[in-house]
Amino acid sequence: MDHLLLLVLVTPLLGSITLVLLGHREAAPEINVGFSLVTFIASVLLAVEVIAQGPALFIGQYFFADSLNVFIAALTAFVGMTTSLFSRPYMRIERDNGRMTGRRMRLYHSMYQLFLFTMLLALLSNNIGIMWVAMESATLTVLLLVSIYRTAASVEAAWKYFILSGVGIALALLGTILLYLAAARHFGIAGDALLWTNLQAAKAYLEPATTSLAFVFLLVGYGTKMGLVPMHSWLPDAHAEGPTPISAVLSGLLLNVALYAVLRFKGLADGALQNGLPGKMLIGFGLVSVLVAAFSLSRQKDVKRMFSYSSIEHVGLMAFTFGVGGPIATYAGLLHMTVHSLVKSAIFFSVGHACQKAGTQIIADIRGLAHVSPTVGCGMMLGSLAILGLPPFGVFSSEFLILTTAVRELPWAAPLLILALGVAFATIFSRVQSMVFGDTTAKPLAHSPALLPLFIHLGLALLLGLYIPPYMHAWYVQAAHIITG
Amino acid sequence: MTGIPSQILNLLAALLLLLTFAMLGQRRILSLINLFMLHGIVVVASALLIGYETSNHHLYFSAGLTLAVKVMLIPWILHKLVFRLKVKREVETLINVSVTMLIGIVLVIVAFNIALPVAALSSSVASGTLGIALACVLLSFMMILVRSNAIPQVIGYLTMENGLFFAATAATDGMPLLVELGVALAVIGGTLVVGLFMFQIREHFDDLDIHNLETRKED
Amino acid sequence: MNHYFEFFSQALEIIVALVAAPLLTGWVNQCRAWLQNKSAPSMLQPHRMLHKLFHKEVVMAEHASSLFRMEPYIIFGCMILACGIIPTLSTRLPLSPAADAIALVGLFALGRVFLALAAMDIGTAFGSMGSRREMFIGFLAEPALLMVLFSASLITNSTSLTNIADNLTHRPLAIYPSLAFAGIAFTMVLLAENARVPVDNPATHLELTMIHEALLLEHSGRYLALMEWAASLKLFAYLCIGFAIFSPWGIAEAGHPLALILSIPVLAVKLAVGGAMLAAIETASAKLRIFRVPEFLSMAFLMAVLGMLVHFLLGA
Repeated sequence: MDHLLLLVLVTPLLGSITLVLLGHREAAPEINVGFSLVTFIASVLLAVEVIAQGPALFIGQYFFADSLNVFIAALTAFVGMTTSLFSRPYMRIERDNGRMTGRRMRLYHSMYQLFLFTMLLALLSNNIGIMWVAMESATLTVLLLVSIYRTAASVEAAWKYFILSGVGIALALLGTILLYLAAARHFGIAGDALLWTNLQAAKAYLEPATTSLAFVFLLVGYGTKMGLVPMHSWLPDAHAEGPTPISAVLSGLLLNVALYAVLRFKGLADGALQNGLPGKMLIGFGLVSVLVAAFSLSRQKDVKRMFSYSSIEHVGLMAFTFGVGGPIATYAGLLHMTVHSLVKSAIFFSVGHACQKAGTQIIADIRGLAHVSPTVGCGMMLGSLAILGLPPFGVFSSEFLILTTAVRELPWAAPLLILALGVAFATIFSRVQSMVFGDTTAKPLAHSPALLPLFIHLGLALLLGLYIPPYMHAWYVQAAHIITG
Repeated sequence: MTGIPSQILNLLAALLLLLTFAMLGQRRILSLINLFMLHGIVVVASALLIGYETSNHHLYFSAGLTLAVKVMLIPWILHKLVFRLKVKREVETLINVSVTMLIGIVLVIVAFNIALPVAALSSSVASGTLGIALACVLLSFMMILVRSNAIPQVIGYLTMENGLFFAATAATDGMPLLVELGVALAVIGGTLVVGLFMFQIREHFDDLDIHNLETRKED
Repeated sequence: MNHYFEFFSQALEIIVALVAAPLLTGWVNQCRAWLQNKSAPSMLQPHRMLHKLFHKEVVMAEHASSLFRMEPYIIFGCMILACGIIPTLSTRLPLSPAADAIALVGLFALGRVFLALAAMDIGTAFGSMGSRREMFIGFLAEPALLMVLFSASLITNSTSLTNIADNLTHRPLAIYPSLAFAGIAFTMVLLAENARVPVDNPATHLELTMIHEALLLEHSGRYLALMEWAASLKLFAYLCIGFAIFSPWGIAEAGHPLALILSIPVLAVKLAVGGAMLAAIETASAKLRIFRVPEFLSMAFLMAVLGMLVHFLLGA
């Protein structure tokens, strides 16, 4: 199984190097898709093996896969692949419109693959220090990707991202060092104290005061990358100014990986502290994020910013539900992670093409998509309905489970959640309706839009809403067990 | 007060705190880069000392790495940037220096309070200095906040990393070598990327003043 | 017998202070001139100037009040008392219970208040301006000085300067980071309080830039002599406080006449070194603009507080 994991990790790295050399060629997007496809297949095979045979260490003790991270890895590889499919025509249209040059295409494609590599490395590494290094490198690749259009606004967005993310990552490093200190008491000072497997096994022995301090820093640090309020201000700018495939990937992948890191640390902290503090902190941050995001939604004039606030809202929801804890809430949280990635990236696919058609990102200037391009308009409509929690899409089931758990465990929080979700519903629905219907002067696109990824995602979300296949169900249950300890 | 090495370590830690405060109050960018170099030298010296005391040879290697990266490579890159970008030599701060210093003192007190229970846990010879390392991190955080020019913000970020390295050596005699390598790579990569980035900022705005980058407020 | 010895050492201290303070000022001027590649007046020049001034007639403004007439004596008295309290030659001084370190700061403040009042008494513009600036600097420098003294007191568990000097002499040789910080803060306060570059140029003739000199503009004859002498005594006193806290070796303990005799050359060497360093700092710095002085002094305060915090954290 070692070679499968190596394949999963080496492919994107190799892809990045290849695209540095070949990225300006005409066939670069296809090469990108090819590498992503190979990564996806390898990750699925790895996932199947790990589910069948149980958690395992790879390559000595450096890498580690159990049902939680291998599932997220497979999801990451999947979204990476479909986004690369989407980015094929999208970046070609952007190049025809003059916003991208050959050199920038090279940078874009190689950084895309490098980003996927860092995400997978963060997920599969057994060493929390290496995980930190991977997250930091992801920050750097995103920095280059967000600023790729070289406009003043994108430079500003990237700088804000760098500063906020940099500070957050530094705090996360401090948390890592403190956790290492807490663990070194038990393991002695050697590399062993940094390994997830060892920490997991010894979590009752971690020193409580240091661990709670470490968790605070880790939550604030990785929470910045997740987009929790009040560390979220980089998110709307990065989504709005970067190319759309990057927005899709940020919402669909980076948030998940950061959440994964927080969840692992929460498991450790719960084991060490036994007083529910991590859960309470997550609930607090989650609720604040949901409320702030929902009320900021109505003020947005740019469609990508609007949907990025929707991402913040959903991240808050996920943080809330994982904070509440317990089997049902954790299951709901994992399901929500999956469908949110799928649906949000689908929305960004449709939004990307819509903006290309209309030539602008301002909501008021995009009209009548259904007339010009029925599929894109339909995709956007369906996607918005899906993310707003309408049945029969998957988001409905997960939000339903979350709300019922909230009503049972934390009755005072449920009305706040419902209020926020309602406000978001009203805002997004009205805006999307005005975008999709009405008269328009939009022009057709030079390359045919990428509709396949869009509808695959929506289809999967629909599937998960109607019927969760037994192996997925088993997967979720196993992962929930790991989180709740 | 135990033996000589512990005293020298305390002195180095106090010097580190002093340098961080000096950087907080320094207005000229070139002096700031030189202070950053001194900061790096002090951190390297303390790592070498701890490595010698505990016979932990990988600390020598990390110290050498930090020396190469933080004392030689990065200040060189920064000097080149300042020269090429023709940056303004003096920077204004968002709040005046005296208030900054007073807030800095408060942060130091906070950091010392947080670090006391944690330092009791550490078995390292430099455990008392964990509070100072934490104070350095908080002070560099403040440096990022109150400066309105891109280069001091980057230096603040790098000083934060220095403080974290010092915290790692003080708390646990350094992180494992693999992690140190990774962190060093990330830092070099980060500086290079940000350096390239500054050319972009320069292209669009005429100087590196951050106020230019605040036009995109909430709409 | 001990009583006589103590009185003798006290009297010796005061006499040494009176004689050495103008010599110190001359020495600092010499070093400054050498560093600036000029030829220097002799070290006895301040003494000669005092001698000249005492023989001159006093010229006073018509509407000067009795405060103005009393002020030089009050200030001179404060400085003499300060020099008597600080352990320059010996740590057994009968006058030392009169004031501990904190009251010493109060003594300097007393002098400063009278200086400012007298300058305002005449009512000229430069006098008022000088008073305002002097009080401004004093107000900022005092907390820093107090913090420095607190640091020293925390280490030695006493606020009396003689006890501090005693205690620090007997400790094993160790590096105290808190005292290092306190030393830097003390140097900065010394520069501010004694009207040295970078806070104030003692050799300036431009009234608008004067701080300390502006307060002396109206004095003449013996009043001016007393004021100049008091200024050099203040510098001497500050340097000796510094030596008592930061390099107390060589100060005679109780009851050793030989040690007392030996302490005079030791003091002379320390003053020479201290004066040379002061001249070096003055030559290397530029005078700060007046609105930058608060930054300078808040930096000093900060160093002193840091010293205290470091003492709490590191136990050193």
